[in-house]
Amino acid sequence: MKSPRRTLLLAVWALSMLAAVLVIAQTRFIADLSAFMPKAPSTRQQMLLDQLRDGAIARIVLLGIEGGDNAERARLSRGLVDKLAGNPLFSSIQNGDAATAERDQRYYFDNRYLLSPAIDSQRFSAAGMHQAVGDLIDDMSGDAGLIVKQILPRDPTGETLRIIDQFGGETPPRTDNGIWVSRDGQRAVLMVQLTDSGLNTDAQAHALDTIRMAFDSLPGHPAATRLKMSGTSVLSVSARNTIQGEVGRLAVVGTVLVVCLLLLIYRSVVLLLLGLVPVVSGALVGIAAVSLGFGHVHGLTLGFGTTLIGEAVDYSIYLFMQRENGSHPAGFWRTIRLGVLTSIAGFAALLCSSFPGLSQLGLYSISGLVTAALVTRYVLPVLMPANARLNDLTPIGLRLQQALDFLMRMRWLMVAAGALAALVLVVNHQSLWNRQLSALSPISKAQSALDLQLRGDLGGNDMRYVASFTAPNQESALAEAERVDAVLRPLQRNQVICGFHSPSQILPSLAAQRARQAALPDEAQARGNLQLGLAGLPLSADKLDGFLTDLRAARRQPLLTRASLAGTSSGMLLDSMLIKRTSGFLVLMPLSPCGQGTTDDRLDLNRVSAALDANGLGQVTVIDLLEETTGIFDSYTHEALLLSSLGCLTILLLLSLACGPRRAMRVALPLACAVLCVVALLHAGGVQLTILHLVGLLLVVAIGSNYALFFVSDSGGDQRKMETSLVIANLATVMSFGLLGTSSVPVLSYIGSTVAIGTLLALVFSAGLTRIRSHARHP
Amino acid sequence: MHANRIAKSFAGLLLLLLAMTAAHAADWGMQDLMQMLSQKKTGSATFVEKKTLAVLSQPLESSGELSFTAPDRLEKRTLKPKPESMVLVGDKLTLERSDGRKMTVSLNDRPEVAAFVESIRATLSGDRGALERFYNVTLSGTAGEWQLTLVPIQPRMQKIISQIRIAGSRAQVKTIAFLQADGDRSDMTITSANSR
Repeated sequence: MKSPRRTLLLAVWALSMLAAVLVIAQTRFIADLSAFMPKAPSTRQQMLLDQLRDGAIARIVLLGIEGGDNAERARLSRGLVDKLAGNPLFSSIQNGDAATAERDQRYYFDNRYLLSPAIDSQRFSAAGMHQAVGDLIDDMSGDAGLIVKQILPRDPTGETLRIIDQFGGETPPRTDNGIWVSRDGQRAVLMVQLTDSGLNTDAQAHALDTIRMAFDSLPGHPAATRLKMSGTSVLSVSARNTIQGEVGRLAVVGTVLVVCLLLLIYRSVVLLLLGLVPVVSGALVGIAAVSLGFGHVHGLTLGFGTTLIGEAVDYSIYLFMQRENGSHPAGFWRTIRLGVLTSIAGFAALLCSSFPGLSQLGLYSISGLVTAALVTRYVLPVLMPANARLNDLTPIGLRLQQALDFLMRMRWLMVAAGALAALVLVVNHQSLWNRQLSALSPISKAQSALDLQLRGDLGGNDMRYVASFTAPNQESALAEAERVDAVLRPLQRNQVICGFHSPSQILPSLAAQRARQAALPDEAQARGNLQLGLAGLPLSADKLDGFLTDLRAARRQPLLTRASLAGTSSGMLLDSMLIKRTSGFLVLMPLSPCGQGTTDDRLDLNRVSAALDANGLGQVTVIDLLEETTGIFDSYTHEALLLSSLGCLTILLLLSLACGPRRAMRVALPLACAVLCVVALLHAGGVQLTILHLVGLLLVVAIGSNYALFFVSDSGGDQRKMETSLVIANLATVMSFGLLGTSSVPVLSYIGSTVAIGTLLALVFSAGLTRIRSHARHP
Repeated sequence: MHANRIAKSFAGLLLLLLAMTAAHAADWGMQDLMQMLSQKKTGSATFVEKKTLAVLSQPLESSGELSFTAPDRLEKRTLKPKPESMVLVGDKLTLERSDGRKMTVSLNDRPEVAAFVESIRATLSGDRGALERFYNVTLSGTAGEWQLTLVPIQPRMQKIISQIRIAGSRAQVKTIAFLQADGDRSDMTITSANSR
C-alpha cells in the first residue's frame, strides 16, 4: 500500500475518533426509567404518563418503619417528622399525627361556610334552615349520632357533613399511638412529598439519602428497627443504581472475557490490541451518533455496548484468521460486506421503533457496526505489521472440522427440532407473550410488593381512572373542576362511579367562595330566620349562639387560597390534583369504581365521557391508565413484531440478490430453525416473550446470517481456517451476550439470553444445514 | 316438614330445661350466660332507640330492625326517621345511608368503633373473649333477669362512653343502654320477633 494513502486513511480515522470523543465529552447520560416507559401516541396521554412519572404524584415517597414495638415505632415516626420538617428538600411530611389531623379538621370546620357545596341563597332562609336543621337532628338519631352531636351547636345546618360527604367511601389509614400504622399494625407509615424544583434523579437520590440519614441519626433507635421506602422516586433511583452498576460490571467483565479469549487464540498482544481497535472505534462512534441523534444517551444503550464487542470483534477475528500469505481470499470482503449489510438491515428495523430505548439501540448498533467494519477493512490492514504471525491453529481446526462433519450428519435431526419447536409454538401461541409493561422494569418483585403494601396502608388512590383537563390559570382550573363536579355527582348517585376527588372540594374557586359568602345572611336576618326555622324542632335558638357568631365571622373572612392549607394533609392531596406546569395548570381528578376486587372494579368510562360531553365539557378526558399503558405496550409489541418481520424479510431479500434464491434459502433455513428453537426453549423455561426477546431474535438473524454466509460462500480460501475463525467469533459472541444474560436488569438479560442461545444454535444449524459437503471434504 | 318442626321445638324445650337447671345451680355466672347466648344461631327483632341529649329539648326516637346470624353477622336497619343500615360481618362494618351511599370500615382500623359494635355483637353471640377485650364486665341478677355492665377499658372509648348496660332474660337481650361520658344517653329496647 502506498504511503500517502496510508497516512490519509490513518488521519481520517484518528480525526473521526477525536470528533467522537469530543461529542461524548459533551454528552448527557441518563439512567432513569424513561426507556422503559412507552411514549404515548397522543399528547394528552403523554402528559398524564409524564405526571405519573415525575409529577406531583411521583414526588410522594412512602415510608414504613418496621421492627421494634408500637411505642418505639411511634417515637421514631415523630422523631423523623421533627427532623425533616423545615428541610427545603421536602414540601410536606406527614405521619398522621393528631396535630396535622386537627389542622385538617380545623380547615374544613372553620371554613365550612366557604367550602360547603350546599350553600346557596336559600340555604339560610327560614325554610332552608328548618329543612337543614331537621335533617341534622334526624342524622343525630342515627348511627352517626355521636359525631353529629358534637357539631350541632356551631353547625346546626350540617355544612361540615356536606363537605365530608364529598370525600365519602374511602378508608383512611389506621392510626395507633397517634400516628399512621399499617393495616396489621406492625409498621408505622409516613408520607413525604419532595419539593418539585429541578427534580432529576440525582436530586431525588439526594433527598432519599437525607431521609435515610435522618432516620439513622435518630437518638436511641433500636437496631431492630428498619426504614423502608417506596414511591416513584425511590423506584427510579434504585433502577438507576441498578443500571449504572450493571453497565459498569458488564463492560469490564465483557472486555476481560473477550481479551482472554483473543489472547488464548492469538497468543500475541499486538494482534489482540489490533483486534480491539475496530471494537473501540465502533463503540465511540456509536455513542457519539446516539448523542447527536437523541440529545442524550441512556445507560442501557451503553449496556448494549457489550453486544457490540460481541459482533465487532468478529470482523477482526475473520480478518486475522483467514489471512493467507498477507492477503485475503477473493470472496472474503464480499462476504463481510454482505454480513454487515444484513446486520444493518436487522438493526434498521429497531431504528424505526417508537419505543425510546430500542431506537437508540438501533442507531448505536448501525453506526458502531459500520465503523467497526470500515476500520477492519481500511485501517487494520494498514496498522497490521507485515510479519504478524498468528499462532498455528491447525490442530484445533482439524478437530473442529470433525465436529462440523458430525453436525452435517445430524442435519435431519436439526430440521426435526425446528419443526417440533414450530409445533410447540403453534400449540402454545396464546401464552407466548407477556403483556405487562412491568416485565421490562428493572424493579424487583420484592420492591413492587413493598410499594403495593405501603400504598394499601396509606389507603392510597391507585389512580387508575382519571378525568383530566388543562386550564390557563388556577382560578379557571378550579372553576372548571366545579363544573365537572356537577356532572360527576349525579353519576355517583347512580353508582356509575363510586366516588371522585376534585381540587375544588378542597379549595373552591374564588368565584364560588364569593358566591357562598354573598349567600350568608347578616346577623339580624340570620337570627330572625333561625327563630322561624326552628319552629317545630326540638331545639331552641339559645343553644346556637356559636352558630350565629361563626356565621358573622364567615361573612367577613378572607377568601381561601393555597396558603390557607399550610401544614394540612389536604394541601398535599390538592397538589396531586391541581398541578402547576410551565404554562397553566393540569387537573387530575381520580374516579373510583364501585366494585372491589379484580373483576368488577371496572368503570364505565363511556358513560362518564358521554355525561361530560352532554354538559359541554368535551375537553375533559377520562382515561383508564392501566388499560392505556397496557394498550400502548401492546401496540409496541405489534410494531416490534412487524418491524422484526420486515427486518428478516429485508435480510432474505439481500441474500437472494447477492447470492441467488437457492443459496439464500440455504442461509435462511438454519436461521429460521434457530429462531424457532430459541423461542421454544424460552417457552419451555417458563419465560414469556417481551418486545426485548423479539429484538434478541432479530439480532440472532442478523449475526447468524454471517455464519451461514461464510459456510455457503465459495470464497476459494482455506476452508479450515475460515471455519475455525467462525467458531471463535461465535464463541466471543456467545460469551458477551451470555454475560448480558446474567444481568439483573430484565431488558439486558432478555436480549442477552436470547442472543447467546440463538447465535450458538445458528452456528450449529448453519454448520449442519448450510455447509457445503464438497468443501468439507477438501483438506 | 311437620316432623322437623316438632323436633326443633323439642330441642328448644330441652335447651330451655337445661338452661333452667343451670339457673337453679348455685353458681350461675358469666360462663353460663355466655353459654346460653351462644346457643342461639339466628334471630331477628325490632328495636326502638331513645336518645336523650342535653342539647335537645326532647328525646329523639328511632326504630327499625335488628338481626343476628351466628357467628358474626349483625345488621341494624333503621327505618325511622331516616332509613339507614349498618351491617357488620366479621371485621367489616358497612354503613349505608338513605341516598344509597355506602361506607365500609374495618374494625381493626377503628378500635373505638370496634368497642362500640362488639358490645352488642359479642353479647348476642355469647363471645366472652371479645367482650372482655374492650370492657370490664360485671354480671348481676339471675338467668331469668340478668344485667351486664360494661365499662370501657380504652381511654379513648372512656371519653365517649362511660358505661353500657345490657339487660335480658335467658338467651334474650331486652335492653341496651349507652351512658355517654357527657351525661347524654341512649336506650334501646329490643322486642324479639323470632329466634332459633
